[in-house]
Parts: sequence; structure tokens; C-alpha cells
Amino acid sequence: MSKTLFDKVWDSHVVKRIENGPDVFFIDRHLVHEVTSPVAFLGLKNRNIKVLYPERTFATADHNTPTRNQHLPVKDKLSANQLRALEENATQHGIPYWGLGHEKNGIVHVIGPENGITVPGATIVCGDSHTSTHGAFGAIAFGIGTSEVEMVLSTQCIMQPKPKSMRITIDGALNAAVTPKDVALYIISKLTTSGATGYFVEYAGEVFRNMSMEGRMTVCNLSIEMGARGGMIAPDEKTYNYIQGREYTPEGTAWDKAMTYWDTLYSDSDATFDKEITFSASDIEPMITYGTNPGMGIGISNGIPTAEAVGGGAATYEKSLNYMDFNEGEAMIGKPIDFVFLGSCTNGRIEDFRAFASIIKGRKKADNVTAWLVPGSHRVEEAIKEEGILDILHESGFELREPGCSACLAMNDDKIPAGKYAVSTSNRNFEGRQGPGARTLLASPLVAAAAAVTGKVTDPRELMELQEA
Amino acid sequence: MAYDKFNILTSTAVPLPIENVDTDQIIPARFLKATERKGFGDNLFRDWRYHSDNTPKEHFVLNNPIYGGKILVGGKNFGSGSSREHAAWAVYDYGFRCVVSSFFADIFRNNCLNVGVLPVQVSPEFLDTIFKSLEQNPKTELTVDLPAQTISIAGTEHSESFAINDYKKDNLLNGFDDIDYLLNIKEDIQQFAQNTPL
Ligand code: SF4
Repeated sequence: MSKTLFDKVWDSHVVKRIENGPDVFFIDRHLVHEVTSPVAFLGLKNRNIKVLYPERTFATADHNTPTRNQHLPVKDKLSANQLRALEENATQHGIPYWGLGHEKNGIVHVIGPENGITVPGATIVCGDSHTSTHGAFGAIAFGIGTSEVEMVLSTQCIMQPKPKSMRITIDGALNAAVTPKDVALYIISKLTTSGATGYFVEYAGEVFRNMSMEGRMTVCNLSIEMGARGGMIAPDEKTYNYIQGREYTPEGTAWDKAMTYWDTLYSDSDATFDKEITFSASDIEPMITYGTNPGMGIGISNGIPTAEAVGGGAATYEKSLNYMDFNEGEAMIGKPIDFVFLGSCTNGRIEDFRAFASIIKGRKKADNVTAWLVPGSHRVEEAIKEEGILDILHESGFELREPGCSACLAMNDDKIPAGKYAVSTSNRNFEGRQGPGARTLLASPLVAAAAAVTGKVTDPRELMELQEA
Repeated sequence: MAYDKFNILTSTAVPLPIENVDTDQIIPARFLKATERKGFGDNLFRDWRYHSDNTPKEHFVLNNPIYGGKILVGGKNFGSGSSREHAAWAVYDYGFRCVVSSFFADIFRNNCLNVGVLPVQVSPEFLDTIFKSLEQNPKTELTVDLPAQTISIAGTEHSESFAINDYKKDNLLNGFDDIDYLLNIKEDIQQFAQNTPL
């Protein structure tokens, strides 16, 4: 019987099917961080059981960590407490723990691929919704709640009904300055934040085939923002080149054996999806959001749509624009901004820093802008230094912080102040997401860079043309 | 973690007719620093409920003494965003046992079921009827009958059935959780693990 990529990976991980109920679903690799795990470990303690497969479990500290002076003790008591709890739990259960300052430390979805934990055909979960990132490698990866973290720690399984399948195909060539982030924001703006709820998405077509692995990660990362549980892309040469030789990637005969499995990982040509959607690459321009959910995005040169044009609840729409202090019909270009945040598991990898640097090079940070540039991991930080990007940042008046989730969810001190506007490369512009009262405009690293040097929302194409001239 | 069994619930309800209520609103990230599951109800909808000086925002429905009860009725696409189970804990800890909406985000729905909160998905029309009834009479009671899988507006003809899979239904009726089930089949799982390629 013909199967989709998703079917193949899902079905091979079902331990048991419960009639009229969920599947008992086996998890190959489990990523753990400090915020969603303590109560799960407490559950194990109460039942007096150990982690079943510590070798399939990896722990890092990222959500609740400072991005400055990481060598010093963490000042915030509650945060320090949470970090200590994770370290103790990891040690007690024999789980590798990459805490603050460790060379492998970083945002959980950045370090998974970096260390070869993420491989094709695997099932990967983490108590974080952006676990969908790992789907870029042809894995089934999704976020789970703390009860499920406890299930995986104790039995390496969760109980999930199989989601429906959706394929999003985009063919054609992307326009100038259109990055993977723009592609994702475009899709979400078309589907809305609930358009893919209940589905697992496969991204197909020329655009994704031509995308780098990091770009694919950005796209899969944002799958959750249209309600999908996850997104995935069939593995290809690029995928294998990326993973080969990384610490936890299989080697030698194990690699060959894995390859025979990986080679089967594509949707059969006659496989059917519950839903098929296609877009054309040429319709996509650099995107920016104007509202309080990631579906409220537009091409940067457009005006803010009217409630009617958007559809849905007018009261909800009005509440959203009020929060942003924007009006229907206004242009986004030219709006003054206060903060720029480059980072997160969406856009905190080396290619994102390269893109940012390409725009700011030879320019100066605008005086009215506070910029927080936060690498996704120590490896990314190293690469920024090695490639000379740090020098470019410094020359333009920017500084680099230490890795972590930072202002993506503002659990640490990196909070955008109330009422201030931030152009952010992260993934959520919900009310208060980046700090109580903060106003977030989601965009690509190129758009963020253009805003950082002009102090307002700016079409990056203008600056790129200037550079070419 | 054990929770109260769910059978038939008749209660007044709290209306929140806003769409896309995300988990950052249900429980903002800065309240996720605990290492125990305690007291999350105090911070449910924190920034909609309180000013930054911690005085209550009068207009928010949880601060309106007219409304109360064990059922929360939300707009479409309730619980989108982060996977934080803390959102479901906050809902439960505040005293809600059931959330009604015309559409739920996946992870939130799952989390609710795992912590003993019943998510009831109704048609957009029925949701509208509930909101209107609550507006006209804040003391309107809803009855959620899990065995029969129906939700009705007390004292009216309005009733609708809702879906839930048999397994989860059984769990809620008996107060069981998935971990008990999984631990019972641990040997099967270990057998399976031996044959996985990774
Ligand atoms: S960077 Fe943001 S989205 Fe990514 S793991 Fe951290 S908090 Fe979650």
C-alpha cells in the first residue's frame, strides 16, 4: 500500500494500537529542558521509578537562563532553583546534561541537530512546541506536555492518536530577500493559526528542495504556528551531508544500516494526503506581522488589512490592533521601532547571523534601537567569531550575547518593556510574549537587520540594492 | 498526578468570547519557574486579570462577581501556542473542570485530557448560543454529561453531542492516567525498543 513519508515513520513506531483510542507511540529521542521537566521528574520520584532509557534522553538549560555573564551564579532565585533541579535530576538518572557554559549548551532545537541527535526517520519529542524544528531532517518531531514528558521518561512512549496528513507544495523560484522565515510567515498568513490543527504537514516542492538544512529547520519550526503538530521534509543528500560525522549520528555499519531505512523515507508517488495545498514561490515577498498572532502577517510593502478582509471575529481583531496601537490600512514601512531581537530556535543559527551581517555591514546601528543578538548555541557563537561576523557586528555598534531562548519568551531578564516595539526573528507575537505589554513584529533576519540600522520598519531590498550599486 | 473523576457536571459558566486565546495569555512565561505543580490558578490569565501593580482589572470576566462556575467557555482556537501544560494546570487549579470552545489547539486539548480538564468542542452556532445565554442570564447553567457525551443549556432545548475517544473517556470517568497504562505494558515496550533502528 502506498504511504506518505509521515505514515512510514509513524507506523513503524507504533508499539500498540488501541481501538477507538490513541496509539502507543515509541519515542527514539527525548530532549529535556529546565522548565517543563521538573514536575515530570517529581512524578517519577513519587512512583519510585527510574528513567527507562537515559541514553535516549538529553538535557540542556536554555529557557530560563541569562544571556550575559553566564559564568556567574544565576541571580534570579527561582531560575537558579529550576536549573539546579534539572542538573540534579539529570545526574541522578544518568542523563547527559549540557548546562550553562557547557560547550554543547544552547537552545534545545538548535543543539539537537548540531550534535546529530536529530536524524531522519526518528521520533523526537520535547516539552516545547517548537520541537517541530527537527522535522527538517525527515523525523517526526513534536512538542508534548509535562504529563507526556513523564510518560517518555518512564516508558519511552506516549499515547497519541495519529494526526491527519497535509502536504504543502511550493514550486518556483523565490524573490530577492525572501528567506525561509518569509516562506513560513506567508504560509501561516494564508492558513491562519488554526489552519493546520489536527494535521501533520509535509513540505514539498522546489522551494524546500532548494533550501538549506537551516532554512528547512526554520520552516518546520514554524509549523506549530499554523496549528500543525509538526512539519517534515523528506531527507536527501543535503540532509545526509549535514548529519554525517556528528557525535550522535550512527557510524560505520550502523550508518549503512540506517541508510537503508532512510532511503525509504519519501511519500510514495501515489500516496494520498488528507489535505493538499499549493502556493507559488513568486507570490511571496519579505513578510512582517502587525498583530498579536503569527497568522497576522503581510508582505512588508502592504498596508494593515481591514477586519473585513481578514475575516474572523471583529472584536478579536480590534483588540489585537489596539494592543499594537496600529490602525487598519496603515503602512508598515516607516513605523518607528525600539528593539531588535535576533535569535531563538527559529532564527538563531549561523545562516541567520550571516544574513543579518550582510545588511548591517558598513552601516551603523540606529541610535533609537536597542539590539539583542543572541546565538542559538555555543557552536553558533563560535562560528560567529570564526567567520569574522563578530567584528562586523562590533564595527556597526552591536554586541553579541550568550546563547539561550532569551527574549523569545522573556522568562529571563531579556524583556521588551511595555509599549515598546520590537522587530523579532522569533516565532510568537502574542500579547506579552516578549515581556508584559511588549509589541512584537515578527520578521526575517534581513528585515530585522534593516530595522536595526534605520530605526524603523524598512524593506531590506532597499538596502540590498544600495549595497550592489 | 491524580485528578478528580469526571462524570456529569452541571454548573454556571464563565464566558470568554475571544478567539485564538493562546497559552501565553492563559499563563505567562514568567510564572513557569516553579519546580512543583502548585498555585498556578492564582496566575491564570494574569495579564488580562491584573494591572502591573497587581490590582485587578475590573473589566476582565474573572474579576466580575456575576460570573463563576466550573466551566470556562472560550472563543475559537482556544489554547494555541506553547506546549506548556502549566496552562492546563492553571485552568484546573483555578477550579475549572471543563473548557468549551468551537475549536481547540491540539497540544492544549491533550494536556487538558491528561490533567483532568474535559475539553468540549461544540459547533460555532452552539458556542454562540451559549455566549448569548450567558450574556442574557449570567446564572445560566450548563450540563456536561460525559457518559452520554452531550452538553446542554439547562432549562432549554439546546443540546449538542461532542466527541471524545473511548480510551480518554474511560480515563476521565475513572480518574486514570496514561502512565499507569504504559507502565502496565512496559515489557512490550522494551521488546519493541530492541528492534528500533536507532
Ligand atoms: S527559542 Fe523560543 S520557541 Fe525556541 S525553544 Fe526557546 S522559548 Fe521555545
